[in-house]
Amino acid sequence: MSIEIVNVGKRFGDFVALDEVSVSIPSGRLTALLGPSGGGKSTLLRIVAGLERADTGKVEIEGVDATGLPPQKRNVGFVFQQYAAFKHLSVRRNVAFGLEIRKRPKDEIRRRVDELLALVHLEQFADRLPAQLSGGQRQRMALARALAVEPTVLLLDEPFGALDAKVRKELRDWLRRLHDEVHVTTVFVTHDQEEALEVADEIVVINDGRVEQIGSPDELYDRPANEFVMRFLGPVTQLGDQLVRPHDLQLSTEGGDQAGLPGRVTRVTRIGFEIRVEVTADDGQTVTVTLTRNEFLALGIQADSAVRIRLAPNSPTTTATSPAQRAAAPSLAATH
Amino acid sequence: MADRSIAARTQVGRRPGRYVLRAVVTAYLFFLVAWPLYLVGRNAFADGFTNLNDILGDPDVTHALRLTVVIAVTAVVINTVFGVGISILLVRYDFPGKRALNALLDMPLSVSPIVVGLALILVYGGRDGWFGPTLEAAGLQIIFAVPGMVLATVFVALPLVIREVVPILQEVGDEQEQAARSLGANALQTFRRITLPSIKWGVIYGVVLSLARSLGEFGAVKVVSGNVLGETRTATLVVEEKYLNFDKGGAYATAFLLALVAVACIIVVSVLRPKEDR
Repeated sequence: MSIEIVNVGKRFGDFVALDEVSVSIPSGRLTALLGPSGGGKSTLLRIVAGLERADTGKVEIEGVDATGLPPQKRNVGFVFQQYAAFKHLSVRRNVAFGLEIRKRPKDEIRRRVDELLALVHLEQFADRLPAQLSGGQRQRMALARALAVEPTVLLLDEPFGALDAKVRKELRDWLRRLHDEVHVTTVFVTHDQEEALEVADEIVVINDGRVEQIGSPDELYDRPANEFVMRFLGPVTQLGDQLVRPHDLQLSTEGGDQAGLPGRVTRVTRIGFEIRVEVTADDGQTVTVTLTRNEFLALGIQADSAVRIRLAPNSPTTTATSPAQRAAAPSLAATH
Repeated sequence: MADRSIAARTQVGRRPGRYVLRAVVTAYLFFLVAWPLYLVGRNAFADGFTNLNDILGDPDVTHALRLTVVIAVTAVVINTVFGVGISILLVRYDFPGKRALNALLDMPLSVSPIVVGLALILVYGGRDGWFGPTLEAAGLQIIFAVPGMVLATVFVALPLVIREVVPILQEVGDEQEQAARSLGANALQTFRRITLPSIKWGVIYGVVLSLARSLGEFGAVKVVSGNVLGETRTATLVVEEKYLNFDKGGAYATAFLLALVAVACIIVVSVLRPKEDR
């Protein structure tokens, strides 16, 4: 295990940012710390980097106890959401910074910086100042700068958070490919479940200063440990006392299969290729079902059609619990 | 900055009262600042370069000028080093008593320099000050000597560097410093390579202001210097002395030199200012 976090706690005044968190982060993988804003994931990352000090607990990086080490002795690369570019230095000098501090020979620095600039596709911008770069370019520069010192671990704090949606998506793909090339143990913080599911090998879900679940994207999506994870990773709807994914539900018309919960279609909304069908069950519960356009057309239903709702076999479900916990991630159920 | 001033200008420009306002402000500054300063210059050169030549030929005056420069430069160096240090302390760290310290830093601007002089005598006075007798026994005279004058000058110009640097430090934030630390730089390397370049213009601006203020200090220095001719008399004291002794020509000529340096400082600042905004 590359990063071993044991019982780490951190308070800011009365606010508990991290509550006895223990996580093992594997070597050479791309791990996402996923959770809502204010959940403690950035704090955890900053504690690993040494930019924040844990009140309790221990941090080990590649077998070395780093708990009391200052950031410059941890050999970690850190990438900030707002880039933290050295504004008065050219792109080349930014990337070279860590190597200059380490007093490497000049020609070695030049060679290494050229390599890195090629890796992040910024060769032709080497002599510009950060202010002359776009957000995406600045973040790639920051990444090259962090990689220059050959860090044991690369830590990225909401690296794409300040970028617009299109650049965000490009950089996300690019980070995945980059990681496949350089294989450095990488941990990135995000509040975007899609980003985590798409890019990460391993996801740590953090909420309210606690770890909710650790697993691969598939494990998390298919076997959510609790209601929070279920709600956070994607859209949900309630069927009986179970939370299920709207696209795991199947509809049948009265003539067909008689299994499932009977109800009536109360509303049909089309969002591009996806059709969202709202069904009010006979017991009064409103269930959302999403269908593809083709499925919808094959069923031939419309508002007020009588239908039966059934959950596709082997679909993930969690038991819906207290309304309070439901309120913890209210917007997410409605996002998709 | 440029955008804001253009916006402000067009907004004011729409009002008919702008000419009145402009005239009032111009007249105010003219009668208060420009005209009196001009008269100092005119009086200094009333007999051509005679007055200037006279004072520059007077060894006591040249000594005073040299002493003024030495004291001002020493005070500026001290204020710059401590000013930058205190600014970093105030912006980057939280500690009990920070607000009190902040308020204390404005004291030198609000307290009359003459009070500063008297206060310094109470602490460092050779005969009955707090530290004075001890220091004097150790062979270090503060009051009525150059160290006291430096001290007084440092006191009155203390906040100028700090008030310039603090807002810039706040604006820059500490992410660049954190990035430098994570890249392996220690505290000193981070300061030299990252913090200092980013606050550079604020420091320069503060230094120039402090220099202008230190060269012109009169009240506090007068109290602690003892005003000994050829020893602890500075340029501002020369002006007073000459004026009181009816040597108006010499007084104006020395005053002109002081004003000249101050104007040079202001020009340097206004040249630097736009660069800082860019």
